[in-house]
Amino acid sequence: MEIIIQSLPRLLSGSLVTIQITALSVFIGFCMAIPLAILRVSANKMLSLPVYAFTFYFRGTPLLVQIFLIYYGSGQFQVFLHSVGLWSLFQSAWFCAILSLTLNTAAYSTEIFRGGIQGVPAGEIEAARACGMSGMRLYKRIVIPRAIRIAWPAYTNEVIFLLQASSLVSIITVMDITGVAREIAARSFAFYEVYVFAALLYIIVVYGVLWVFKRIESHLNAYLRMEITG
Amino acid sequence: MFDLEGYGPLLLQGAKLTIYVGVCSMVIAIGIGLIGVLGQLSKSPVVRFLVNTYTTVVRGIPELVLILLVYYGVPTLIQDVSAMLGHQVYVSLDPFISGTATIGFIYGAFSTEVFRGAYLAVPKGQIEAARACGMSGALTFRRITLPQMMRYALPGLGNVWMVLIKATALISVIQLPELMRSADIASRNTRKPFTFFFVASLIYLAITIISNIVQQWAEKRASRGVRSA
Repeated sequence: MEIIIQSLPRLLSGSLVTIQITALSVFIGFCMAIPLAILRVSANKMLSLPVYAFTFYFRGTPLLVQIFLIYYGSGQFQVFLHSVGLWSLFQSAWFCAILSLTLNTAAYSTEIFRGGIQGVPAGEIEAARACGMSGMRLYKRIVIPRAIRIAWPAYTNEVIFLLQASSLVSIITVMDITGVAREIAARSFAFYEVYVFAALLYIIVVYGVLWVFKRIESHLNAYLRMEITG
Repeated sequence: MFDLEGYGPLLLQGAKLTIYVGVCSMVIAIGIGLIGVLGQLSKSPVVRFLVNTYTTVVRGIPELVLILLVYYGVPTLIQDVSAMLGHQVYVSLDPFISGTATIGFIYGAFSTEVFRGAYLAVPKGQIEAARACGMSGALTFRRITLPQMMRYALPGLGNVWMVLIKATALISVIQLPELMRSADIASRNTRKPFTFFFVASLIYLAITIISNIVQQWAEKRASRGVRSA
C-alpha cells in the first residue's frame, strides 16, 4: 500500500497522459472518419475502394502490429524520412503512438459512421431533395447530423475500446497509466498491488468517459426528450 | 515479394501458435460465457451480482493490464500469501497458460453478454412446451434452449473471435513466441522491422479473411432450418 501512496502522483500523471493521448486520437480520428465515411458510401468505386482497403487493413490487423510498423518500421526508411525532414517526428514515441491510434480509430469510426449514413431513412433524404437541397448542403444539413445520432452508441463503444487500447503505447515507452505501472512494478516487485490499482484507474476513466458520452448523446437527442415531456 | 532471409518458417510457426492460442482462449471464453449466462439467469441475487460485476469490471480494464496482472501479479501474490503462512515457495507461470487463461477470461465476459442476448431471443413458448413435456430445467437447457441459442449467438461469437485473435498479439509482451514475438525476433536480427511486421500483419489479415468466410458459412448452415421470406 505504501508503494501506491508514494507513487500516486506519478500514476495520476500517467492517467493524464492516457486521457490526453486518447482525446487527441479520438478528435483527429473523428475529423477523418466523417469525410472518409462519405467517400465510403460513394457510388464511385474509385473513391470508395481505397477507403474500404484502408478500413479493411486497419480493422483486420492487431493494433500492436500497427504501432510497431510505425514506430520500429519507420527506421527502415530512415534515409528517405530524413531527406523529407520527418525523421525527428518518427523518432518520438509519443508522435508514433498518436499516429497509430488515430489511424486505427479512424478506420473503425469510418465503418461505424458508414452504418449511420446508410441508416438515414430514405424519406428524409427525399424530403430534403424536394426542398431543393443537394450535394454538400444535403449532407451537411440532413445526412451527417442524422447519421451521427444513429451511430453515437456504437461510436461510444469505439472510444471506450480506444481508451483501453491506448495502454499498448506503454510498450513503445510512452508513460501512460500502464507505462508508469510497469516501471513502478519492475522496481518495487509489488506487481499485483500496482496493476490492480492501474486497473482501478482505468475503470474510473472508462466510466468518466461513458458519462461524458451519455451526456452528449442526450444532448444530441434533445428533440426526442421534448416530445416525451410534451 | 519480400526477402525474409530465412525467417519465413519462424513466422509460420508463430502463426500456428497464434491460432492455437486463439482457439484455446475461445474454448475457455465460450465455456465461461455459458456458465456466465446460467449465472445471470440464476434465482440467487448473489450469483447474479457476481456475474454482473465480472462482466462490467473485466470489460472496463485493458487486456494488457490484465495480462501483466495475471502473469506477474498472481505468482507474487501466491508467494506473499504463503510467506505470511510461513512457507517459502517459488511460483512462476507459464506464458502460454497464463496468456490463454487471461484472454479466455476477458472474452468470457464478452461471450456472456452474447449468450444473454441469444438466450432472450429464444421464444418463451419453446421452453414452456419443453416443461410441459416433462423435461427438467437442465434438460430443457441442453435439449431446447442451447441448440437454438447457438444460432442467435453465432454472429456475436464471430465478432468475439475476430477481436480475440487480434488480442493474442498482446501475449508477445510476456515472451510467448507467437506470431508477433517471432516477427519481433526476426526484425531485430535482420534490422528490417517494416518488412517483418508488415508480413505479420498480412498473416493476421489472412486469418481474419478466412475466419470471415467460415463465419458466413456457419451462419448459413445454422439457419438452414429457418424459412426465408
